[in-house]
Amino acid sequence: MTGGKEPPAVAITGLNKWFGSHHVLRDVDLTVRRSERLVICGPSGSGKSTLIRCINGLEPYQGGRIALAGTRLDGHREAEMARLRTGMVFQSFNLFAHLTVLENCTLAPIHVRRMGRHRAEDLAMDHLTRVRIPEQARKYPGQLSGGQRQRAAIARALCMAPEIMLFDEPTSALDPEMVEEVLGTMVDLAQSGMTMLCVTHEMGFARRVADRVVFMDEGQIIEIAPTDAFFRTPRHERTRAFLGQILR
Amino acid sequence: MSETFLRTAEVPPRAPPAAVGGPFAWVRRNLFSSLGNAATTLVVLALLALVLPPLFRFLVLDAVWTGGSGEACRPEAAGRPVGACWAFIHEKLGYLVYGSYPLAERWRPDAVFALMLLGGGWMLWLDAPRRGLGALFFFGVFPVAAYLLLAGAPALGLKPVPTGLWGGMIVTFVVSLVGIVVSLPLGILLALGRRSDLPVIRLACTLFIEFWRGVPLITVLFMANVMLPLFLPGDITIDRLLRPLVGVALFASAYMAEVVRGGLQAVPPGQAQAARALGLTELQILRFVVLPQAIKIVVPGIVNTFIGLFKDTTLVSIVGIADFIRVLESARIDPRWAAPSVPVTAYAFAALFYFAFCFGMARYAAFIERRLAAGEGAR
Repeated sequence: MTGGKEPPAVAITGLNKWFGSHHVLRDVDLTVRRSERLVICGPSGSGKSTLIRCINGLEPYQGGRIALAGTRLDGHREAEMARLRTGMVFQSFNLFAHLTVLENCTLAPIHVRRMGRHRAEDLAMDHLTRVRIPEQARKYPGQLSGGQRQRAAIARALCMAPEIMLFDEPTSALDPEMVEEVLGTMVDLAQSGMTMLCVTHEMGFARRVADRVVFMDEGQIIEIAPTDAFFRTPRHERTRAFLGQILR
Repeated sequence: MSETFLRTAEVPPRAPPAAVGGPFAWVRRNLFSSLGNAATTLVVLALLALVLPPLFRFLVLDAVWTGGSGEACRPEAAGRPVGACWAFIHEKLGYLVYGSYPLAERWRPDAVFALMLLGGGWMLWLDAPRRGLGALFFFGVFPVAAYLLLAGAPALGLKPVPTGLWGGMIVTFVVSLVGIVVSLPLGILLALGRRSDLPVIRLACTLFIEFWRGVPLITVLFMANVMLPLFLPGDITIDRLLRPLVGVALFASAYMAEVVRGGLQAVPPGQAQAARALGLTELQILRFVVLPQAIKIVVPGIVNTFIGLFKDTTLVSIVGIADFIRVLESARIDPRWAAPSVPVTAYAFAALFYFAFCFGMARYAAFIERRLAAGEGAR
């Protein structure tokens, strides 16, 4: 599936995962090229979030394999390394409530990358400027609006210089008027060539930036298609039913 | 208004209506706003009128401030009604503070008190310079220095003073400080252990916590005093003060562990997940993300445990340790100071002593809470 000699950014083969006896990921195969933007959609409970949490090692899985840029993700040590290749943005922001926005951004660079405080702060300010909230750096997450919090969370992830950004429904917890500012940040990021996997219900965003769209249901990948074809000519009936409900 | 509406004129923001000012309005609003409130206010006022004047008369107006013996505090000798016998406290103050600590060596506990004030102040003053150094001093240097000063070190020219001679406030402070300094870190470790993924550690910590919580402190102290020596080989003796000290510290740790566990549970799991996703190790996640938030949530519970611990130290008097309460007891039965109001004075003094420290801790905790809340702004 991949062209050239470079290994794909993400290669998932035969992934299986259970929560207790509940089979949440069933024989999932997925390959993501470098700089590719992938949107994963599907009804709630379809396993989308679990899938991307497996990619960055937050969730263990019981079968199959995941490789990031050719490095396999099994065993503790590798999972740790994988986390450093991926940046994660959560639905509920998960900013550290007791730290300022700037401290949120510098914590990992200082303690994981062993970066000096001044360099880490410069880096953090660069990324906060990139997401257009440099003036919020000294505030605590509790003092920010939802949209600003999510942009701060994106900046925090970017500070670790990830190769792949994972988004887990980044706009689902936001008021409607704040969705756009976060999506705008993500569009900027996509245009910079970042590899992105994004679980979202924002079909407008998918149309605008995604190279391919993945549709999941009941723990399985139902359909993968280039964005245009996905929306214009969905092949599977479940995809058509889902799109029929969501695009009204 | 009709069923549809379209705004044509903007409504600018206005100042709120002025509140009715003045003390009369305040009293009306806060004390007599309803029939029930008015009744409560009157009952409370009546109770205060009943209690306060005699208390003030006893503690201040009729009090005896000077005198060399109980004679001064006997009504028939003084020729007037006699309240609190502060002369007694004045004369016994040295004994109440130092117990039987040798007179010539009392500068040593004084030095310990001074070091304690320095270290404690350094820690409690949040904007103090070099607080890291202060922590090192208070938790590293101070305990060693205090031990050497109090117990003595012949190598340094300090005459050994056996713990049997320690007494009064020294012992109360030693027992509560050791309890406080040991119980917080040990409690944190136990709380983490109880949430561990490793079944053996979890079981061990749970058993430890439930054992100490399930046993009354009195029993712990008796066990430490009477039974511990039975289990040890004959040639090993544990200092008589050390036994209850260990008991109190472990007892307080179990309570502290449950307080801290409450805080750990209150930190949303997303916080640790986000830290893990950033590549922080589990230890770093605890230290930089989870514990600071958990501890902050349970500051009231921690201080509550400290206050309880401080007052519970009075129980060591039952196993023969000459803490503040015990020296007060032996001071008040001094036949030279036999006077009707001496015991009451002694207990009033004890109440003031404990109240001053507990109230101080509570106020400081309230200040910390306000300060932490201000730091983060509205959530």
